[in-house]
Amino acid sequence: MSARREPPCPSRRVALKVLGAGAATAAGSLLAGRSLAEPAEPTESAGFWSFFRTHYKEMTRGEVDAMLARLERKYSRRHKQPVKVVNTPAPDGVLFGFALSLERCKGYRDCVHACVKENNLGRNPEMQYIRVLEIDRGEVKLAGAVHEYDHPTVPAEGKAYLPVQCFQCDDPPCVDACPIDATWMEPDGIVVVDYDHCIGCRYCMTACPYWARRFNWTTPSVPVGELNPDTHYLGNRPRPGGVVEKCSYCIQRTRQGRQPACQEACPTGARVFGNLLDPDSEIRYVLEHKTVFRLKEELSTEPKFWYFTD
Amino acid sequence: MTILMRFALDSLRVMLRGGPRYYALLAVLVLGVLVGLAAYVQQLQHGLIVTGMGDQVTWGVYIANFTFLVGVAAAAVMVVIPAYVFGDAEMKRVVLIAEAMAVAACALALLFVIVDLGRPDRMLNIVPLLSHVNFPRSLLAWDVVVIPGYLVINLVIPAAVLFANYRGRTLSHRRMMPVILLAILWAIALHVVTAFLYVADVAKPFWHSPLLGPRFLASAFASGPALLLGVLHVLDAVTSLRLSDGVRRLLANITAIALQINLVMLAAEIFTELYRPTEHSLSARYLFLGLGEADGLVIWIRAAIAMEVTAVAILMVPRLQRATAPLLCACALTVFGVWIEKGMGLVVPGFIPTPLGEVVEYVPTMVETLVSLGLWCLGTLIFVLLARPIIAINEGVLGENP
Repeated sequence: MSARREPPCPSRRVALKVLGAGAATAAGSLLAGRSLAEPAEPTESAGFWSFFRTHYKEMTRGEVDAMLARLERKYSRRHKQPVKVVNTPAPDGVLFGFALSLERCKGYRDCVHACVKENNLGRNPEMQYIRVLEIDRGEVKLAGAVHEYDHPTVPAEGKAYLPVQCFQCDDPPCVDACPIDATWMEPDGIVVVDYDHCIGCRYCMTACPYWARRFNWTTPSVPVGELNPDTHYLGNRPRPGGVVEKCSYCIQRTRQGRQPACQEACPTGARVFGNLLDPDSEIRYVLEHKTVFRLKEELSTEPKFWYFTD
Repeated sequence: MTILMRFALDSLRVMLRGGPRYYALLAVLVLGVLVGLAAYVQQLQHGLIVTGMGDQVTWGVYIANFTFLVGVAAAAVMVVIPAYVFGDAEMKRVVLIAEAMAVAACALALLFVIVDLGRPDRMLNIVPLLSHVNFPRSLLAWDVVVIPGYLVINLVIPAAVLFANYRGRTLSHRRMMPVILLAILWAIALHVVTAFLYVADVAKPFWHSPLLGPRFLASAFASGPALLLGVLHVLDAVTSLRLSDGVRRLLANITAIALQINLVMLAAEIFTELYRPTEHSLSARYLFLGLGEADGLVIWIRAAIAMEVTAVAILMVPRLQRATAPLLCACALTVFGVWIEKGMGLVVPGFIPTPLGEVVEYVPTMVETLVSLGLWCLGTLIFVLLARPIIAINEGVLGENP
């Protein structure tokens, strides 16, 4: 997946809408650009108010670096292994998107478990970002989908599988809901949470039409030795209790040019992840050549996650 | 300044001094608060996992109580309007009691949100002007502005009135009017904002209805006056405050009318949701009929409807309305009915099924129940303490020159 610089495009949302409608050729020309919000300029934090925690987006570079170093020391001590916490910024000219083949998905749930390990999800009880729904073949009906299917083998007779995770909506209702800007959309389209700012009111969870957000009902724990030490501040770093978290398209991997853990783990190759702004990317090929749809498109949340059939 | 000090000290003295029955009441309430506090410490230690909530039903009895109490707080305008705008002398005598109830309800509503937070230690993050508040996009940010604002208004106005009474004076009607109008508009805003907190949620078809705002107001203007009427009856029996027939009749009529408007809207909602049920009606079906084995709220909502209908029947028969026992009965039925319908009956079904169709029911745990009871004791305590000096000063027992 290459990040290329292109002339700016006035409306990314329009581009996504057209893509969603499946008008692939028209989308090609529209998508040839990019419109990315400028990253917030670091500002000097006011002395008196430093008593209150400065918002992450308003911290100076120095403050962020000091914070990351402090977190690394804390996590390394707690998990008895060196832990790295980075805050790799969004690459230029990148807008991440996902596509998933409903024909290839067989309901193995390898993505679910790879995600738990990669993202250091709490194990007491185990949190999972991805929920694979078992539905009857011939319909895409969420009411009545089986959530915790338990067959000796999958796929089960007459069943299809619909994995759901955070779709990184381009107009995310969860971000609107948050009373304190503890969650926001990054320039590469990933909706992130600052776990050190969230107050745990869970209004964002009620606002999500895809049930993509999770709450740490207790302090999450990962057994010593099982922690993935390569972490991102807005992604898989160890979380405190009492805060909300969610899928970040494996921000710690994808911002370094790697694929998300769920994509790598899928044994059938059902998942396609890449840069929506790169006309040569595989995801663009899928969006332009396959029949695609998005869940609950009528809610106008503009998910950057498409389902497709070959 | 010295008069103000004496006013404060005198008020404090009446709050803390009383007969054995008064001390017994305070002791019971303080005990309840302590039990709730102990339960809350449990919750702080282990996290919200000790509640019945989970990723499927993320709000429970705390937010249900919050929603109900915001209504009770807003309903004080039903006394403020006749007392100050129409200059009803009888209502004026109980208006400070109504405002004390609004203060207690408001404080309690805020506390119910705070005990629901996963990180109460980060509460400063949500204080407007001090932090990064997502205003005006987030409806919760609006509530954070509106509720403390209403609390302050309802503390300042009655305190000013009471202080004037203490000095044997009355505040000029003309000077008070702008503040009174602000208080009235703020009360409506308070409740509409809280309704919009739910209405704004496109992910929950059960809440995403234009009827919700009006229904919030109607149910509040039923439950608030009903609760006040009950409280005034008690105060009439145990203190020197007298509940006049005029006040009694007006509050009973307001309750009767608001309750009927609420029931009409409820019927409209039931018809819309159940005539041709779609997937979006599943929450309503869960609430009123149950979804298969999952029917935990059905008996509650049916009881609530029965209570509200019975209350209307009592209040609409003049002979029953005039008799104390049936009237108090109607008040209790109204308060409990609305508490169920607008608390658990509104909040919980929104989450069932989840946006992905999963049906997980919610039952509050002992910790949640004790914390809630403790908070209700605290709210009652706040009200009792505020009501003491109000009654003493208004009845002329306490004053600069009593």
